[in-house]
Amino acid sequence: MKRRLFRKLKNGAFLTLSLIATLAGLTCLAAILWTLISHGIAGMSRQLFTQMTPPPGGQGGLLNALYGSAVMTLLGILLGSPIGVLAGTYLAEYGRNSRLSISVRFINDVLLSAPSIIIGLFIYEIVVVRMGHFSAIAGALSLAVLAIPVTLRTTEDMLNLVPIGMKDSSAALGAYPWRTILSILYPAARSGIVTGLLLAIARISGETAPLLFTALNNQFWSTNLNAPMANLPVVIFQFALSPYKDWQELAWAGALIITVTILILSISARILLALLQAKGGSGK
Amino acid sequence: MAIIDPRHAAKQLIYEKIFRSATLTAAILVLMILGGVAISLLHGSWPALKTFGFSFVTREVWNPVTDQFGALAAIYGTVVTSLIAMAIAVPAGFGIALFLTELCPPLLKRPIGVAVELLAAVPSIIYGIWGLFVLAPVLQRHVQPWLIDHAASIPGIEQLFKGPPYGIGILTAGFVLAIMVLPFIAATMRDVFDTVPPMLKESGYGLGATTWEVIWHVVVPHSRVGIVGGVMLGLGRALGETMAVTFVIGNAHRISSSLLAPGTTISSAIANEFTEAVGDLYTSSLIALGLLLFAITFTVIAAAQAMLRRLERRALISL
Repeated sequence: MKRRLFRKLKNGAFLTLSLIATLAGLTCLAAILWTLISHGIAGMSRQLFTQMTPPPGGQGGLLNALYGSAVMTLLGILLGSPIGVLAGTYLAEYGRNSRLSISVRFINDVLLSAPSIIIGLFIYEIVVVRMGHFSAIAGALSLAVLAIPVTLRTTEDMLNLVPIGMKDSSAALGAYPWRTILSILYPAARSGIVTGLLLAIARISGETAPLLFTALNNQFWSTNLNAPMANLPVVIFQFALSPYKDWQELAWAGALIITVTILILSISARILLALLQAKGGSGK
Repeated sequence: MAIIDPRHAAKQLIYEKIFRSATLTAAILVLMILGGVAISLLHGSWPALKTFGFSFVTREVWNPVTDQFGALAAIYGTVVTSLIAMAIAVPAGFGIALFLTELCPPLLKRPIGVAVELLAAVPSIIYGIWGLFVLAPVLQRHVQPWLIDHAASIPGIEQLFKGPPYGIGILTAGFVLAIMVLPFIAATMRDVFDTVPPMLKESGYGLGATTWEVIWHVVVPHSRVGIVGGVMLGLGRALGETMAVTFVIGNAHRISSSLLAPGTTISSAIANEFTEAVGDLYTSSLIALGLLLFAITFTVIAAAQAMLRRLERRALISL
């Protein structure tokens, strides 16, 4: 009887601890979002989107940083995702379980969690040192390297979900694999691949460390890809650590913009995936 | 019936070859990126490694003025902050995963699960700025004075909580890291728990086991490999995390016995000093730090992936 009571107590104790852990975790995370929203809203204003980043102590906006982030993220995706999609296609359709595919899959998963600052150093070594100066191109390249693993993995997973009968039918009509892939598999896996792209954009648009020594920063408006370019994460980093109240406010506003953008991207990716599954795309 | 035109067929074959080699090239490029990272870091850190040799990793000194560099303080900071983070995030993540798979009312299961996953997507700079402006002042005013008053008199650990409450430092960085990797660890563990066949759990309950007993004797043993893999993946993140730490670590290149003192980590040293580094040896030493971080995280992540590989490959969302 005593033993039973003890077991019940133990059960209750651990389950309570688990509940406390969940509550504590959710509270911390809610606290972060709350600070972000309350500080960020205070910094929201129209000049945020119409003016350049200010000199020390001055007032201004984030226009050049927003533009720079958009350009480098877009370029990063344009450069990185085709490689990711093609490599994912190789793994799913051509390589399958060849030794090359197994090692590519493994290395890709390692790259997926590798520290982004290392990628920044890599691009610094092979691009910035060669060119002799920091540039938006270098920033975009480091983001592209970060986008490849994400798109590769989703593409492979999504191609594997396409019913095998569709592939067989195409092959039975005498189509070569490339035709089957381009005309049958890609359209069938389209929303899955788009999900991967959205996730990749979400991943790279908040990256700070790799941009620190590739794109650097620029206080002024610049559209020159061959020169340092302002970008939101690095501006947030510099402004948040500064002693100026105006700069810190801009940093919070920028932080809110980034987070909201990323949350919207992640949620859209999830909705797309849910739609895909509702359509029965996951049935093999 | 159309007659197959041999020229058409030949063309198709050429397209096939082109497309196939394009995908193959892309796949090989992925391998080359990793190789390129290793080679370029080795190349960049060569001057420092040649000057200091193996003593680079055993010396604490970091003096740009006299051009003396050693990585020990940064390695120490990286390891200690990550250990603090794991000590907090692993039990808490385990608790959250347990709550989500076993206790949570079905109605809340999806919203909470999605919330946890979305928080794993929040960029690390956000955690850093929050740590600096919100968490550090709270720790400085309330938690650290208490630790200094009480924990500092416990024999054995009195050294850990000595000195003034700066707010920022090793301990704070460990906390911020913990909060950052928590959603990630919780989401991975939940996915691992979900792979346990319901039949096994029901057998446990059928024998009269309590919920905790089913978890501890059925769920955990069945998903042991996955749990360890998920924890190590989280550790890999914590070790390499840059922005969340850089804000709150204090950037002091020394090893203090106190956890309240400012310190540095490999990644935050690179982030703080790289663009300001003058002189080849300084830059090269920072790249050598990067090489070290690459070696450490590669080992941890590769081991984690090797473990998780034994489990079924899942969709990307949770990572």
